[in-house]
Amino acid sequence: MTVQAWTFLFTGLTFGLYLYLAFRARVRDTQGFYVAGRGVPAILNGMATAADWMSAASFLSMAGLISFLGYAGGVYLMGWTGGFVLLALLLAPYLRKFGHFTVPDFVGDRYESSIARLVALLCALFISFTYVAGQMRGVGIVFARFLEVDVNVGVVIGMALVFVYATLGGMKGITWTQIAQYWVLILAYVIPAVAISWQLTGQPVPQIGMGSNVQETAVPLLAKLDQIQRDLGFTEYTAAFTGEWDKINVFCTALALMVGTAGLPHVIVRFYTVKNVRAARWSGFWALLFIAMLYLTAPATAAFARYYVFDSLQGKTAAELPDWYRTWEKTGLVVWLDDGDGKLCYSGPKQQDKNELFRTGALSTEQFATIRAQHQQWLDTKGGGGVDGRAVMTAKKLSGPDADILVLATPEMARLAAWIIALVAAGGLAAALSTASGLLLVISSSIAHDLYYRMLRPQATEAQRLKLSRTTIGVAVVVAGVFGIYPPGFVSQVVAFAFGLAAASFFPVLVLGIFGKRTGAIPAVVGMLTGIGFTASYILGTVYFGWTKWCFGIGPQGIGVVGMLLNFVVALLLTPLCPAPSANAQAMVDRIREPEGAGPGVDIEAAPEH
Amino acid sequence: MPPLPSPAADSIAAANARYWRSNVRLTLILLALWAFVGLGCGVLFADWLNQFHLGGFPLGFWFAQQGSILGFLLLILVYSLGMGRLDRRHRREVERLQQQAGGGQ
Repeated sequence: MTVQAWTFLFTGLTFGLYLYLAFRARVRDTQGFYVAGRGVPAILNGMATAADWMSAASFLSMAGLISFLGYAGGVYLMGWTGGFVLLALLLAPYLRKFGHFTVPDFVGDRYESSIARLVALLCALFISFTYVAGQMRGVGIVFARFLEVDVNVGVVIGMALVFVYATLGGMKGITWTQIAQYWVLILAYVIPAVAISWQLTGQPVPQIGMGSNVQETAVPLLAKLDQIQRDLGFTEYTAAFTGEWDKINVFCTALALMVGTAGLPHVIVRFYTVKNVRAARWSGFWALLFIAMLYLTAPATAAFARYYVFDSLQGKTAAELPDWYRTWEKTGLVVWLDDGDGKLCYSGPKQQDKNELFRTGALSTEQFATIRAQHQQWLDTKGGGGVDGRAVMTAKKLSGPDADILVLATPEMARLAAWIIALVAAGGLAAALSTASGLLLVISSSIAHDLYYRMLRPQATEAQRLKLSRTTIGVAVVVAGVFGIYPPGFVSQVVAFAFGLAAASFFPVLVLGIFGKRTGAIPAVVGMLTGIGFTASYILGTVYFGWTKWCFGIGPQGIGVVGMLLNFVVALLLTPLCPAPSANAQAMVDRIREPEGAGPGVDIEAAPEH
Repeated sequence: MPPLPSPAADSIAAANARYWRSNVRLTLILLALWAFVGLGCGVLFADWLNQFHLGGFPLGFWFAQQGSILGFLLLILVYSLGMGRLDRRHRREVERLQQQAGGGQ
C-alpha cells in the first residue's frame, strides 16, 4: 500500500472513532457541557489534558525548532513542562475546590468585581483565538501534504469535524475524544522515534539513543553533531548561550513560557472536570507524565533529524538527492541554489557565503521563480549576468530548510515503512484537533457563561444557556476556520503574545487570589492592567515599531516575565492602601484553603446562582 | 454538621491554620527545587555543567532537554503524595477533636 492509501485509512478510522465517542457522550445540561459533569477520573483527565495541551505546534514544529536551535531549544521543553509544576502546586487544587466553570468566574467572584471579570474574559478570548488559528492551519497543512488536497479544503474538513463533536458533546464529548486523540498522537510520535533510534544508534529507547554512539563508530551522536556543525560554520549543537539566545533571554523565555502555561485558560478548565481536590492534584501528575512521553522524545527526534539532514544532503549531486528532498522541494519548504559545482552544501552563519540550502518562506511562487531564473542566468554566464540568488535569499533571512518539515520528513529520511509515515499524519491531525476543541470550549463558555449569564442575563434558563453555548461554539469554529484559511502573517509573534499575556495577567491574579487573602479588587485590576499594558506595548513596540530591546536586552518572547513581576509588585504595593475584600470573599478564600472533608462542604453546584 | 462548643471550634480552627502552614511550607520547598532543577541546572549553570558528561550527553544540555522534565514530574509526584498525607493527618486530628467535644457534652 502507498503512503497515501495508508493515510486515508488511518485518518478515516480515527475520525470515525472521534465521532462515535462524541455521539456516545452527548450532553443535555450545562454542567456536562462545561465541566463534563465533574466525574472524570484523574488518570483519564491526565490524558485529556495532555492531548489538550499538546498542539499542532508541539507535534509538528517543536522538534524542528529544537533541531535548529540545539541547546536553546530546551526553552520550549522546559517552559512547556515546567508550567505544570506551577499549575499543580499553586492553582489546580484550589481552583477545583472553588468549583466554578471558568477562569473569569473565579476572578470575578473572588475579587467581587465585574471589571476584573471582564478583563479576565477578554484575555481568555484573545489567548484562545490566537491559539486556535494555528491549530486549524496545522490541520490544513497535514491534509495538504499527505492527501494532496488544498490547504483550505483541509481546514474546512477539520472545521466540520470539530463542529460536530464539540457541539454534540461539549466538554464531555471533548474529554473522551481527547483521550483517544492522546493515544493516536503519542503512538504516532514515539513509534518513528524508536525505529529511527534503532537504525541510527542500535538503541531502541530514543532518550538513550540520543546519548549513544552512532552505529559502527565509537563517536557519540551528539559529539558527532557538534563536530559537523563546527566544521560547517554553525555553532555547536550542545553549546549553551549562542547568538541571540544569551543567558538572560534563555532564562526569561523559559520562565515566561512556564508561567504562561500555568495561566492558559483551556488547560486550567480541565482541572474543573475531576471529582475532587485529590483528583485535581493527581491529574496534574498524570498530565505531565503523558506530556513527558512526547517532550522527552522530541529532543531525540530533533537530534536524529539534524544528523539525517546533513547525512543525506551534504555534498550530494542532483542525481544522488534522496526522495524526501524531492517531495518537500515541491512545497518550497526546502530549496537548493547551487554555486556551480553541482554539489549541495548546507553551511551555517559563519560560512554564509558557501550555503546553498534555503526555504521560500513568505515569498510567492512567482517571486521565487524570478529569483531562481536570475540565479540560473548568473550560473550560466558565470557571473556575467543575472543575480546570485543565494545572496538574495540570505539577505531575506531564508537560509536553511523550514523547521516545520522535520517531524513529517524524518520518517521519510530514515526510509521507514509507509504505514509509519501515514501514522504521523494521523497523529498531527489528532494533536491539532484536540487542542482546537479545548480552546473552542473556552471561547464558548467565556461568552455563554461569563458574559451572557454572569454579566448580562443572570435570569437565563438552563436550556437557553445550553443553546447559546452550542451556537457560540459553532460561530467560534467558523471564525477559527477563517483564521486558518487567511492566516494573519504574524502567527509566531501572536503566540508569544498569548503566553506573555497569560503570564502577565492570569497567573499573578490567580496566585494572589488564593495566597493573598488581603488583596482586593483595586490592586488586582490595576496589577492586571499594568502587566498587560507593559507586555503588550513592549511586544508591539519591538516587533512592529523598531524599538530597541531596552529592557535588559530581553526579546518579546521573554518579556512576559517582567510584565508578571510588575503585576505582582503593583498589586502588592497597593494592597495595604486599598480596602480589604469583603468578609464574604475572605470566607471564600478560607474555604478553598481548607482540606476536603473538614468544615462544611462547598456545594457550589447546589448554590442558587448555578 | 452541628454547631460545636467553642473550645472545640477554636482547636479545629487552629488545626486548619496548622494544615495551611504545612501546605505552604511543602509548596515553597518544592518550588525552590523546581527553580533549581529547571532554571538553575537547565539554564543558569548549564554552560558550567556542560564540562561534565552523562554517557554521551554534556550535562547542562541533558538537564535542559531531559533532566529538568524528569525532575518536574518527580516534584508533582512528591506534592501529590505529601498533600495526601497532610490531608489524612488533618482529618484524623479533626475527628479526634470532634469526638472529644461530643464526649464532653
